[in-house]
Amino acid sequence: MDYLLLQMLNGVQLGLLMFLLAAGLTLTFGIMDLVNLAHGSLYMMGAYIAWTLIGWTDSFVIGAILTVPATFLLGLVVEAVVARRLYARDHLDQVLATFGLILFFNELVRVIWGPAGKSIAVPQFLNHTVEILPGMPYPAYRFAIIVVGAAVAVLLAWLVARTRVGMLIRAGASNRRMIGALGVNIELLFSLVFGLGAVFAGLAGLMAAPITSVKIGMGDDILILAFVIIVIGGIGSIKGAFIAAMVVGQIDIVGRAFLPDLLKTFMSNAAASTAAPAISQVLVYVVMAGVLVWRPTGLFGQRT
Amino acid sequence: MKMNLFGTTTIMALGAMSLGGLPAMAQTPIKIGFVSTFSGPQAAIGEDMRRSVELAKEHLGGKIAGRPIEIIYEDDQFKPDVGKQKSEKLVQQDKVNFVAGYIWSNVLLASLKTVTDEGDTILISSNAGPSQIAGELCNKNFFSTSWQNDQTPMAMGEYLNTKGVKSLYLMAGNYAAGKDMLAGVRRTFKGEIKGEDLTKWPDQLDFSAELAKIRAAKPDGIFIFYPGAHGVQFLTQYSQAGLKSQVPLYQVFSIDAITLPLQKELALGTLGAQEWVNDLPNEQNKRYVADFKKKHTVYPSYYGAQSYDSIMLIASAAEALKGDLTNKDKVRAEMKKANFKSLRGDFKYNTNQFPIQNFYIQEAVKDPEGMMTVKTIATAVKDGKDPYYEKCPMK
Amino acid sequence: MIAALRTPRGLVTVLVLVVLAVLPLLTQAFDQRYLLSIGTKIVIWSIAAVSLNMILGYGGMVSFGHAVFFGIGGYAVGILSAHGVSSGWIQWPVALLAATLWAALVGALSLRTRGLYFIMITLAFAQLVYYVGGGLEAYGADDGLNISRSRFPGVIDLRNKASFYWLCFVLLCGTLWFCSRFANSRFGYVIRGAKSNDLRMTALGFPVFRYRLAAFTISGAFGGLAGILLANEGAYISPAMMSWVKSGDLIVIVVLGGMGTLFGPLYGTIAFFVLEESLPPLLDLGRKGWGEYWQIVFGPMLVLIALYARGGIDSLFGRRR
Repeated sequence: MDYLLLQMLNGVQLGLLMFLLAAGLTLTFGIMDLVNLAHGSLYMMGAYIAWTLIGWTDSFVIGAILTVPATFLLGLVVEAVVARRLYARDHLDQVLATFGLILFFNELVRVIWGPAGKSIAVPQFLNHTVEILPGMPYPAYRFAIIVVGAAVAVLLAWLVARTRVGMLIRAGASNRRMIGALGVNIELLFSLVFGLGAVFAGLAGLMAAPITSVKIGMGDDILILAFVIIVIGGIGSIKGAFIAAMVVGQIDIVGRAFLPDLLKTFMSNAAASTAAPAISQVLVYVVMAGVLVWRPTGLFGQRT
Repeated sequence: MKMNLFGTTTIMALGAMSLGGLPAMAQTPIKIGFVSTFSGPQAAIGEDMRRSVELAKEHLGGKIAGRPIEIIYEDDQFKPDVGKQKSEKLVQQDKVNFVAGYIWSNVLLASLKTVTDEGDTILISSNAGPSQIAGELCNKNFFSTSWQNDQTPMAMGEYLNTKGVKSLYLMAGNYAAGKDMLAGVRRTFKGEIKGEDLTKWPDQLDFSAELAKIRAAKPDGIFIFYPGAHGVQFLTQYSQAGLKSQVPLYQVFSIDAITLPLQKELALGTLGAQEWVNDLPNEQNKRYVADFKKKHTVYPSYYGAQSYDSIMLIASAAEALKGDLTNKDKVRAEMKKANFKSLRGDFKYNTNQFPIQNFYIQEAVKDPEGMMTVKTIATAVKDGKDPYYEKCPMK
Repeated sequence: MIAALRTPRGLVTVLVLVVLAVLPLLTQAFDQRYLLSIGTKIVIWSIAAVSLNMILGYGGMVSFGHAVFFGIGGYAVGILSAHGVSSGWIQWPVALLAATLWAALVGALSLRTRGLYFIMITLAFAQLVYYVGGGLEAYGADDGLNISRSRFPGVIDLRNKASFYWLCFVLLCGTLWFCSRFANSRFGYVIRGAKSNDLRMTALGFPVFRYRLAAFTISGAFGGLAGILLANEGAYISPAMMSWVKSGDLIVIVVLGGMGTLFGPLYGTIAFFVLEESLPPLLDLGRKGWGEYWQIVFGPMLVLIALYARGGIDSLFGRRR
């Protein structure tokens, strides 16, 4: 029972990280109609920038806080130089150009930070365990990810549901042309949304860094998972992205924590250990295909 | 006509010799391709190997049998398919005389035939030792200056028996080497195996699920195989989860000169097995470790020591043949003698061309200057042979 | 043939084909075995690129999972070979059948979606197979598997690099021939018409979905052929051959060469591989060590192509008639 609960918490933690990544993607997708493959690169850049800033300030917290404006700025630059020119183009152009951006960022990181990869240590004040329930220790850093991730999710929900910018975002997601016609400065809105997406991606990269590692291409595979999440959730829907991220987080944990033991009852250990993570990944795509058959525009996507 | 041809050939051969055939050969470099990981989180291992190869070159005075040494480094990016491609390039484009290196068993397995069969080039593994190559895939063009994967954990298992450890929980990365490592410890460890996890390699760096299982299983000890960056992650999470005070850790290839600068005090007191330790008391080893430390201010690792040995093995064969590497049978025969001063002390080659050698138990400690390192505390196995050589058709 | 030589496009095409046809002789004359390896990869990738171009270039179906057919073709050969079935006469038809069936299934499910969802669903199906490949412990999982090359006793020895190259080249010519027949057939015109306006084609009474499905399936079969050859080229299979980045590379190649043109994918593949091999030494001329960072040039090049050069290399040879 303890074990089950711990694993579910791990799933929630992974889901929240994925949500941060997916939130920015679903917004740029839903509002600007942009397929941004380079979103994973922003995740990677966030981690590397955080590594540098934490090193400079010699403080995890200050470095992490400074990462937010830095990644926002990076987002604005990418938007102004490349992304802006792609909004009106077809998806193929967008795939091609942002694929080029991935190559560019991967090499840029190699030039600036070297090929070796970096690691960000868990900050000292979180380097212990907390008893979430009596007799159930849980690493404090992971707990912090859950807290921060949940806080950001709430903040985002508030931003989208209660503020003027959020109103425009929602309007933009359902009818792009209309808000332009209403006299809103659409270019500014687009820049802002793109920058916001970059901040979330960077934040996800920063928070994941101490439990994974900071390396070139770290965003490439997780990007595809983020795409799956927003397609399941429905493009443009924050709520959908949240729910889908939670589901994917739980599937991943089930695949890692429970499937191997289940499979070992009728397979060799090696075969079971190989098959289990593969099955959990396949399950994610099966869920996606199933959702699309059931609802062709995702769980909370706009019906067309 | 026959006479004529024979005469012409003789004259040409003599002419070539007198007109500087030997000096010409002396000028052409001995080319060694070196495949390792130079990018990504495991690049520190490749760098340690490169430093040791360069040190070997320096100790040889830049020349083997009068021929300059040219080393071409290729980055396998930690991926089997890339390693195979780079090996192909070394053999076909650079036309190297030897290919050495290879940290990872899966990269080596993917690259083996490209080098040994299609390229008919001699390959010296400086680290990886997959069971397949010790057994049914053994190859006359393949030599190891490291070990077979099973051997090091077998030594650890023997030692744990003598220490009276009753039960173990086993963990390793799920790839060719990880499977061999766990097979190895199971081969010798007589206590109970409380559980066994092979984790997704190399993607999985988050061991929280497995650590929770270990907590529930309550074993006497944990045995792990997580080389390089993964070892750092594991040790960090193991102590973060508060297990350090409850279940002792035993390891192979997970706490070493590469990882200790990052693991620091967390590693103190942890035991491991190895065929080479930096304090082995032979002359060549003292010189190697001292020169390496002087240059780079850190300790070398076994990855480096084995790479150094790879170059010295090549040098011993080429010196014996006076730099003439054209007859590959002779080169192989010379290499098989292992007639060089290995940093681990002398060893002999088994029929499958893996070393027959000792294994030691080492402990992570602080040296007098406060730097983290490992020191030998016991000899676990004497003249150990790998368990696969009888499957190898070579005699 | 003579007439073709008068236009720049014709001249280049003939030149490229002639050089490709005699490549093994050239590499042997200059003792450049490695160039033959690259040449073989170029020819195999060209087959895949031509097959992707049938649906992407002519049909406007942006499949972001085409590398999956490398995997299916390759794994079919590899799995059979691992079980001792080494005859190419069995391996190849089985592999082609597997690729065709998978293409038909994926096409049937994903061609119901449009635009972005189509991109994502083709990607998802490719990822699915990618992870299945990584989960097959018996066939090497992520480590990949060394296989023995397909045997055609008495006909051809695939271990001979030159004969294998020529086999690939002949198959590429066959693929190009098929593609030209396809593009200029009634079937091809329906696919091309549906790209610009599928409502009109439907209104004209063409069952667009079925036409597209047929095109997608044929394209998958040729992709599977490329996979068979790729597995035989390296005598090695691994999930890496069908990673999504490879699918991205294929799209890049098709666009780079010129979408919807017969020889565009071939030019694109050559350009892609030549850039990959020559940008590093070229940059090294600027300063030693820069070559390592060639993708920092290649990446922005892709961005510029996407923004300003949609016609690809083919358009450099003047407007098409």
